[in-house]
Amino acid sequence: MSLFEHIAFAVLVISSVLCLFRIGRGPTAPDRTVAIDILGTLVVGFCCIVAVWTEQEYYMNIAIAWALISFVGTLALAKYLEGRSYDA
Amino acid sequence: MMLEQIAYWLMGIGLGFDLFGCIGLVRLPDVYNRAQAATKCVTLGTCMILIGTAVMGFSRGVWPMGVKAILCAAFILLTSPVAAHAVCRGAYLSGVRLWEGSVEDAFQTRAEDIKSTHQQEGTVEGEEAETT
Repeated sequence: MSLFEHIAFAVLVISSVLCLFRIGRGPTAPDRTVAIDILGTLVVGFCCIVAVWTEQEYYMNIAIAWALISFVGTLALAKYLEGRSYDA
Repeated sequence: MMLEQIAYWLMGIGLGFDLFGCIGLVRLPDVYNRAQAATKCVTLGTCMILIGTAVMGFSRGVWPMGVKAILCAAFILLTSPVAAHAVCRGAYLSGVRLWEGSVEDAFQTRAEDIKSTHQQEGTVEGEEAETT
């Protein structure tokens, strides 16, 4: 594990902690939904760094599947938010 | 070696964009500002990490990794703004107010139209349910 991977994992962990702060704190439900979407995109970045570190290409399969499922889940949450008024 | 240097630079710049997007997610005042900052920065930052991964895979001779990374970058570039737009629209229609320092609300009249049509459809469905 070289210096680059250490710095990359540190930056991604800091970003994820900021996202988790917003998920826990977020005053309204859309705040949490946006933060969950961003966290899903960050996990794709994690998979990329792990794929570069280990030189195993199957981590990119995980990244593609994660991006797909994150998109569908965020759309479902958005339609749920649109349907009713609460939390604000 | 040259290609690996380019890949490391691309991934480093992408990581910086991710970090700044998440700082914006914490620091900005309301949902719409947060979604705008975080979505733009993190989408393009992650796309840059993926392109760096692709360059790295091509330079090391791991061809499937590069092709899958480019595929994933195209997919994220298409879907992430759509998801953010849907969430912001849902937030506005569910009644989340703008920050008090906002200067313009271009969606207001359209949102009232959408809400009135939703209410009409709701009453029609309710009447049908009552008659049956």
